Amino acid sequence: MQSKEVSKSRLFFGSIEWSKYMVYIVFVIMFALFSIVLGNKGFLTQNNLINILRQTAMISIMAVAGTFVIASGQIDLTVGAVAAMSAMIVSLVLQKTNSIPLALVSVLALGIGSGLVNGILVTKFRIPPFLVTMGMMSVIRGSAMWITNTAAVPIKNMTFNKIFGIGDVGGVPVLILWTILFYIVGVILFNKTPFGRHTLAVGGNEVSAGYSGIKIDKIKIIVFLMSGAFAAFAGILYAGRMQAGRFSFGEGDEMSVIAAVVLGGTSMSGGTGSVVGALVGSILMGVINNALILAGLSTAQQTIVKGAIIIVAVVLSNLAQKQKR
Amino acid sequence: MGKAILEMKGINKSFGNVSVLKDVDFTLQEGEVHALVGGNGAGKSTLMKIMTGVYSLDSGEIYINGERKNIQNTKDAKENGIAMIFQELSLVPTMTIAENIFLGEEITKTGFRDVSAMNKRAKEILNDLGIFINPELKVNQLSVGMSQMIEIAKAISKNARILVLDEPTASLSDSETVQLFRIIRQLKENGVSMVYISHRMNEILSISDAVTILRDGKKIITDNIENLDLDKIISHLVGGEASQKKFEWVEREYDANKDLILKVKNLKISDKIQNISFELQKGEILGIAGLMGSGRTEILETLFGIRKKLGGTIELLGKEININSSQDAIRYGFALIPEDRRRQGLVLGHSVKSNAILPYLRNLLIGKTYLISEKASNELANDDIKRLNIKTDSIHKRINLLSGGNQQKVVIAKWLNMNPKIMMLDEPTAGVDIGAKTEIIEIIRKFADEGKGVIFVSSELTELLSVCDRIITIFDGRITGSILRKNINSEEELQNAIQRSE
Repeated sequence: MQSKEVSKSRLFFGSIEWSKYMVYIVFVIMFALFSIVLGNKGFLTQNNLINILRQTAMISIMAVAGTFVIASGQIDLTVGAVAAMSAMIVSLVLQKTNSIPLALVSVLALGIGSGLVNGILVTKFRIPPFLVTMGMMSVIRGSAMWITNTAAVPIKNMTFNKIFGIGDVGGVPVLILWTILFYIVGVILFNKTPFGRHTLAVGGNEVSAGYSGIKIDKIKIIVFLMSGAFAAFAGILYAGRMQAGRFSFGEGDEMSVIAAVVLGGTSMSGGTGSVVGALVGSILMGVINNALILAGLSTAQQTIVKGAIIIVAVVLSNLAQKQKR
Repeated sequence: MGKAILEMKGINKSFGNVSVLKDVDFTLQEGEVHALVGGNGAGKSTLMKIMTGVYSLDSGEIYINGERKNIQNTKDAKENGIAMIFQELSLVPTMTIAENIFLGEEITKTGFRDVSAMNKRAKEILNDLGIFINPELKVNQLSVGMSQMIEIAKAISKNARILVLDEPTASLSDSETVQLFRIIRQLKENGVSMVYISHRMNEILSISDAVTILRDGKKIITDNIENLDLDKIISHLVGGEASQKKFEWVEREYDANKDLILKVKNLKISDKIQNISFELQKGEILGIAGLMGSGRTEILETLFGIRKKLGGTIELLGKEININSSQDAIRYGFALIPEDRRRQGLVLGHSVKSNAILPYLRNLLIGKTYLISEKASNELANDDIKRLNIKTDSIHKRINLLSGGNQQKVVIAKWLNMNPKIMMLDEPTAGVDIGAKTEIIEIIRKFADEGKGVIFVSSELTELLSVCDRIITIFDGRITGSILRKNINSEEELQNAIQRSE
């Protein structure tokens, strides 16, 4: 009898999936904290807040695909390098032809191509995704350096720069609009389509997904394609915002994306995930970044504190997950 | 035969209010091989887990060499020289044989591992057992059989005097079995006592000195092997009335001349499993009876496209078909309720609903879009839990919070949704309580009544007898017979049929 009551109260708490909401709770706490402490340093000004959103747009967009990648039990370390390579290609194509469509098509081909290579190496050659994408990261980043011998390539096409970087629509920066667009697509794809459900099933239990007739390899390949394509688009936004292509864009973004996705409640081992959570996770990191700068910390201090905060947040969400069991 | 090395007296154990062992006595003599026999759920493993300290007993006494002992955990058991050789091996595959044998108790010289001393000592241990193999080989280079022998050597090196072997030959080839038996005899000579758990009667008859038979948590008999034969063991094992009352066989409307739905001819799956031919009629429930490792599961997995067939043909409704993947099988109308529900059947972290609709998602789309209709999904899932009487608070509950029986009903629901022509079930009632069992059997009967085909694999013969119209028997990868249910008079007959190779 007693054990029944215990399990009942457990069920009550268990029915709230804390790990899913942890990112929102942490976000609210952090935001409130920074508002109090840094209010007089301009943290709450509209300018600063919009700035945070603009700066996090690229990570946010890559984190949409990152949610699919991690929810399916995979990992993709190439995204930062793909973004850099994409920025290089965009700026070079614009320099040579000044054709925006051609620039977009070449970049999309890059993203899909690198995703395809990742996906095939993982599924057909059975190499762990960590190793595949670590190697590919180096290959792609190296190519981005090699293509102009590390020189930056300026973009003079202001139409491109406005659409993909510095413009705004009715006062709302385009970077924020692109972010919103990608999130709408991502949320629908993840929550409402067979593909999204299949992705979760593959990450949750690959064997059982196979016994249910899901084409596991196909799902994984598509997930890597998506990750590559989204990263390539993030590269376009980097290029538009900086009005140039530079090989060093997106350095370390792969880790920021993973952190954003995991903070957002997606389990590293796959099977659960939240696209909206990834957005909040990504903005949370932007907010922390911004606050540390406003607080006057040195780059070295910022790096340390950022790492510590990520660890604390993940520990909290893990604790919440344990409580559930 | 010397003195008793281990005595268990009046052992009782229950889980919740289910009594699993009732006043069981078990005595192991020094240097004997003692077979422990019983059906699934008879209490064999529970008894052994009490002996090896995995479970604690509710009441009863354990004596080792005449001395009363209190075995609370596996460490106590080890200190008393008791070791269990597990079905899933516990060696580290990437380490050498010697490293595995000395794992945690490495021989050291001035604080560093003394590799050559360990190799030398390992070689001695192995040679003593009549195993001649280089101890520097890595375990992942060894066959399953050899790994098992290494595991035995490891236990012996830690001074184990009592070994528990749980179905040690289930995944061994014939020649490996012969070698294992040689080692068992060697150990016996060295004075090691062994408990041998197996369903394979011919092995028990050839290797053991004494047999204890358990049924429904009670000890039925302990006797020397000279006083027993296959028929006697089986009759004790089945025990007349008690077990047959559980499920009543209801003769179904069954027309033996109906059309064939499936015809399998000369199917070859591996070198061991070949020449598999059988037919399945519309509306028929066909049982496959055989021991663990006899090839039952492999046949189902091959029909479902999880394994590649090496030869033979499969005809569905008179047309030959080619199944290369589970997608193909599903398209042709096959459904498989797999053996390992938790690993193969379900995504445990997901909800009842997610699991129930997983293969069916493409049929739940809104109009011509690629979007899943939430309304249709919820309706389907709610319909499933109502139709199959699945006990859950809601369709959104995580499935690992449901009981085994209800989980299994979700797996069945998931495939019924696909409206299959042939449903294959592999041990569908393992870990399922009696109430849900009866319901599952009812579901299967109803499905067959609609003129569809069912292939039913189970280790529980009472269950096969209660649900099947016809049973084929399989032994070591070959079909040894096909019997109509109405021609089987007792469980003994069926038990006899699956224990023999002809």
